[in-house]
Amino acid sequence: MSKKTLVEATINGETIEFLCEPRQSLLEALRDVLELTGSKEGCLTGDCGACTVLVDGRAVCSCLMLGVEAQGKSIVTVEGLATNGVLSVLQNKFLEHAALQCGICTPGFLISAKSLLDRNPKPTEHEVRYALAGNLCRCTGYDKIVKAVLDAAADIRSQGEVKAAPR
Amino acid sequence: MHAIDYEAPTTLAQAVSILKAHGENARPFCGGTDIIVQLRAGVRRTEHLVDVKKIKELQTLFFDAKQGLRLGAAVPCIEISESDVMRRYYPGLTEAAHLIGSLQIQNRASVGGNLCNGSPAADTTPALIALGARARVVGPNGEREVPVEAFVVSPGRTVLKPGELLVELLVPAPAPHSSDAYLRFIPRNEMDIAVVGVGASLTLDGDKVKAARIALGAVAATPILAAKAADAIIGKKLDDAALEAAGHAASDACSPIDDMRGTAEFRLHIAAVLTRRVLSIAAERAKKN
Repeated sequence: MSKKTLVEATINGETIEFLCEPRQSLLEALRDVLELTGSKEGCLTGDCGACTVLVDGRAVCSCLMLGVEAQGKSIVTVEGLATNGVLSVLQNKFLEHAALQCGICTPGFLISAKSLLDRNPKPTEHEVRYALAGNLCRCTGYDKIVKAVLDAAADIRSQGEVKAAPR
Repeated sequence: MHAIDYEAPTTLAQAVSILKAHGENARPFCGGTDIIVQLRAGVRRTEHLVDVKKIKELQTLFFDAKQGLRLGAAVPCIEISESDVMRRYYPGLTEAAHLIGSLQIQNRASVGGNLCNGSPAADTTPALIALGARARVVGPNGEREVPVEAFVVSPGRTVLKPGELLVELLVPAPAPHSSDAYLRFIPRNEMDIAVVGVGASLTLDGDKVKAARIALGAVAATPILAAKAADAIIGKKLDDAALEAAGHAASDACSPIDDMRGTAEFRLHIAAVLTRRVLSIAAERAKKN
């Protein structure tokens, strides 16, 4: 058993320290050490995307990153999407479009969708499908998810326009 | 996963010293997209992971029109596909990097890691071989350069000796009227492992081919350079007959296996088809340069 390492990282905006073994993935550190169980374990091989989190703004499979690698990084998980208990636009659109059934894939889809919209506020359907290609859903199919993301993008854009409009 | 130690040195000297101290029990670690899966599955075993991502030389992507490209071994694939310089001067290598896995994988995986993983089906390796890339390796006894076609020695094994690590890939500057391309066959649109992958680079002199390199993946125990396929078109006009000859020669260079992704017979056929297509694409690009 190798000894535990102290890791300091920003998780969902909060700087925290945690202990983990080098063999533990970031996903294990999030779920088992930090009790942030929103990120799901699916395949453990980087195929399904259920464990997707943002690391310094980039979507990665947290099952394919070591917890110790989080040192000095900024991590965003699905728990970081809502603000003071109020769901984000993306989360609301997933509910509105019924873009989930069992929900296991949903946290990963939300993070991948956030990663896309953060970079590209006006994606085409093709771009949405490409950005979500690393996330697998075995219940709904993808149409509702893609529609939810496109609708969220439109909503976020119109909010921005409202804010930017002269008074 | 079994217990491991993890270190993240910030200099090449430190990395070599750690790797040397642990010999066969240590491995350089970069994006983790292959090795973490392999350690979990028990198909590779190592006691020490030496994270090389904090070493400056391995994170450098530098292009000079005369010297060519220095691609640090740890530069993630996403930085390649987002780079205007890469898209402009090395479109084939860029498309190979852009084909690897999902965005989640491209955000972590590197071209250097793809090479060091030693898979016969690695997408970026044929693209590198086609470009005439060399691998700069540093170890306890100094440094050496290895042509990429000689880097992988058998599935999952490379020329790296204990204590050594891949620092960067050195790619020659593109000659005037030259370009490259990479195509692979997979049974779906995205995110699969190549059944056949073909990379090609060529230089045109008027309507004739002045120089060419063709490399194939997933058709032998290691990615291969098909020198005879290039010979079939060098000095010739790239017409249907020349493309046909190059395709045949590329197919002849293959020694594929039957597996769940495709039969040997199918791979031999596809190797010829993709060789013709990839050469046509590279030639179209070269005309514009």
